[in-house]
Amino acid sequence: MSEPILSCRGLTKRFPGVVALDGVDFFARPGEVHALMGENGAGKSTLIKALTGVHPRDAGEAVLAGKSIHPRSPREAEAAGISTVYQEVNLIPDLSVAENICLGRQETTLGFIRWGAIRERASAALARLGVAVDVDKTLSDCSIAIQQLVAIARATDISARVLILDEPTSSLDDSEVEELFTVVRRLRDEGWAIIFVSHFLDQVYALADRITVLRNGKLVGEFLAAELPRLQLVAHMMGRSINEVEALQHREPPARPAGEPLVSVRGFGRRASVRPLDLEVRRGEVLGLAGLLGSGRTEVARLLFGLDRADSGEMHVEGKPAAMRSPQASLRARFALTPEDRKSQAILPNLTVRENLIIALQARRGIWRKIPRQEQDRLVSQFTRALGIKTSSPEQLIRNLSGGNQQKVILARWLATEPRLLLLDEPTRGIDVGAQADIERLLAKLRDEGLAIIFICADTAELARNSQRIAVMRDRAKVAELTGADLNEQAIMRAIAHGDASHPSS
Amino acid sequence: MKKLRLSPQTIPMVASVAVLIVLYVGGCLAFDNFGSLRVLINLFGDNAFLGVAAIGITFVILSGGIDLSVGAVVALTSILIAGLIGHGLHPLAAIAVSLAFGAAFGALMGTLIQVFELPPFLVTLGGMFLARGLGFVVHPESLSIDHPFYGDFVSQTLSLPVTRKLSIPFTAVCLVAVVIGATMLARWSRFGRNVRAIGSSEASARLMGVPIARTKILVYTLAGALSALGGVVATFYMQSGNPASFVGLELDAIAAAVIGGTLLRGGVGFIPGTLVGVLILGVIQTLIIFQGTLNSWWTRIAVGGLLFVFILLQQLITRRKK
Ligand SMILES: Nc1ncnc2c1ncn2[C@@H]1O[C@H](COP(=O)(O)OP(=O)(O)OP(=O)(O)O)[C@@H](O)[C@H]1O
Ligand SMILES: [Mg+2]
Repeated sequence: MSEPILSCRGLTKRFPGVVALDGVDFFARPGEVHALMGENGAGKSTLIKALTGVHPRDAGEAVLAGKSIHPRSPREAEAAGISTVYQEVNLIPDLSVAENICLGRQETTLGFIRWGAIRERASAALARLGVAVDVDKTLSDCSIAIQQLVAIARATDISARVLILDEPTSSLDDSEVEELFTVVRRLRDEGWAIIFVSHFLDQVYALADRITVLRNGKLVGEFLAAELPRLQLVAHMMGRSINEVEALQHREPPARPAGEPLVSVRGFGRRASVRPLDLEVRRGEVLGLAGLLGSGRTEVARLLFGLDRADSGEMHVEGKPAAMRSPQASLRARFALTPEDRKSQAILPNLTVRENLIIALQARRGIWRKIPRQEQDRLVSQFTRALGIKTSSPEQLIRNLSGGNQQKVILARWLATEPRLLLLDEPTRGIDVGAQADIERLLAKLRDEGLAIIFICADTAELARNSQRIAVMRDRAKVAELTGADLNEQAIMRAIAHGDASHPSS
Repeated sequence: MKKLRLSPQTIPMVASVAVLIVLYVGGCLAFDNFGSLRVLINLFGDNAFLGVAAIGITFVILSGGIDLSVGAVVALTSILIAGLIGHGLHPLAAIAVSLAFGAAFGALMGTLIQVFELPPFLVTLGGMFLARGLGFVVHPESLSIDHPFYGDFVSQTLSLPVTRKLSIPFTAVCLVAVVIGATMLARWSRFGRNVRAIGSSEASARLMGVPIARTKILVYTLAGALSALGGVVATFYMQSGNPASFVGLELDAIAAAVIGGTLLRGGVGFIPGTLVGVLILGVIQTLIIFQGTLNSWWTRIAVGGLLFVFILLQQLITRRKK
């Protein structure tokens, strides 16, 4: 086993009202992937930021290859030898792929940038990772997966020896994750020390050699992945016993059979987005939407909610024809949608947790009927408890919350409107296992209270576990519907792969 | 430049070139003399100060900011130069002083915006009032410049003769030089690329190691210096300075930048596009002069209409991309 190239001791970082990092020791070794695990708000991103000079650290030391380092900016960290892909996608959307890889380190002659050299260097950096992309393409025209790989190409295009990846997979589908992992393994074999953050346990076990667990800003321990059983890892992260964790995996079946159809659509579709389909959601039922990224599952939700306008078909709400053609109309009908891309679509970064939470409810009531402050406070404390939102106070700016906790606030925003139909697009992406179980349990409870829920999720196991019925999407069309005994992971996979399950029933 | 592919970012630029050609050719067909070399040269000469100032504002917009002080700074530097020359300073010294002043003024605004995290709109609005007022302190009314440097050197010696009766005025030369220099700065310098990066996503640019503070302060410094240069060019053009002139010039400059394909949200834009935008404004004005019966305010109406069309175009393009 090799000696650590990077050793951190006693790293500490305080924010007003929270100790985000409390005397943490951390080591990274060349030729190893080291996973950093912990619940939302445990301090993973903070550790990375304190190490790479985004936040000044309050105490502790970092030693890289025998030298003590004190980077004051990501650039100085890079110069010292630590390259980072931060949790937020951190490239420039309007610049080309080539420029994104070389920005800030362009070759110049007499102050003139040598574009030819930049293109070549970018192509070479991508080729090293085995990625084929047109380097002249504008970044925002590339898929998120490609953007993620471009970010890694940028991070590895310098002579650093430590590569940090903070939740690089949270917006990728399975095949894209595989592609990314191939790249990461290749870098590891070249001798990079890789630090990897993810909430997907499968991914962590597939990739990591070593696991460090944080909880509430404190170090729980460092483990060899091969010697740490999954349940034990989850128990460490949550600070509970293995028995308690096992109990979490248990799921209640619906209390009673599904009720009346709440929403049904016939021949509902939109050109170049979703082929006409029939779909029905009942009260007291979770309808799962399965399919690969880009299969049209997100588009179906947008169409149902009126974010995109359907150009064919009809919709009935409670048996009556409805022209649900705008988000406003949907809000009035008490529909709620939590979109997939929370970062850009949902968070109002400069408002507080409380303001972010009540905004949808306020919008539904109309701006003239202000929600009394007392009621606001009650709602906020109710939901921070129900979803386990970690914040130093309701008046904290939401952008200061950890990524996963921001998502919980967005979910709470819509739950607060007491919807009849809840459309959830990937509600558990980037959320830790404990909170995921909390959310799943909450869904079951809401379902039993008579809510109709549409649940979109890339994880077939999670989908099978939580849905009573599943519609499978492929190539922008509904290809199968699964219920009862047919509803299991294998059947979903089969339907996704072949476009028909054993008993298509629509 | 290798492939002739229309990326969404270049469509507005191509559209504005097309509009310019249509307007110009239309003018040539409708009016005799419209196509003469003299009209073409004047198009550059008459709009030189606007063009120079608009280039400065384009950089600011590219960085995601805005500068409302442009017109006031142009006016202030014009009267400053006239005043200093009136007090016996050599015009070259007066020009140097005013350029330094413009740069310092821009740097001050940039520092306020960056260090105290103030909104650029408000800071430069304050700058606008300050500069406008200072102009009247220098001299309360129009002041003509009587100096051989201006009378002979700039208007005669420095202009490039084309034919015996026709020459390219020095102001037009200044404009073209600034456009070329700025284009190179925007495309081939690290500073230029950093400006775009910040305008497109400041948070990402910071994490990518772009020096945010330095770049942003420099952008406003550059805009201040170019506004002052606009003032210098204006004195060449008018042979006088006037503290009350150029009210609203910054809005023309913003319009020119937007028509030339610069997105007001920052990150996307082209320096030569701004020149095209300025020329479009100029051609519309010339058309209305040639037409003769229309009130000159029709220029504004036409510019307003054009702006709407271009904003719509940009919106459609960004939408379609999604
Ligand atoms: N800029 C900030 N100001 C105040 N508090 C902050 C700031 N950044 C993070 N925090 C707090 O520090 C704690 C740790 O956050 P961090 O982002 O490191 O969590 P994380 O482990 O990365 O979680 P996630 O899995 O959700 O991304 C959280 O309680 C968060 O609210
Ligand atoms: Mg994080």
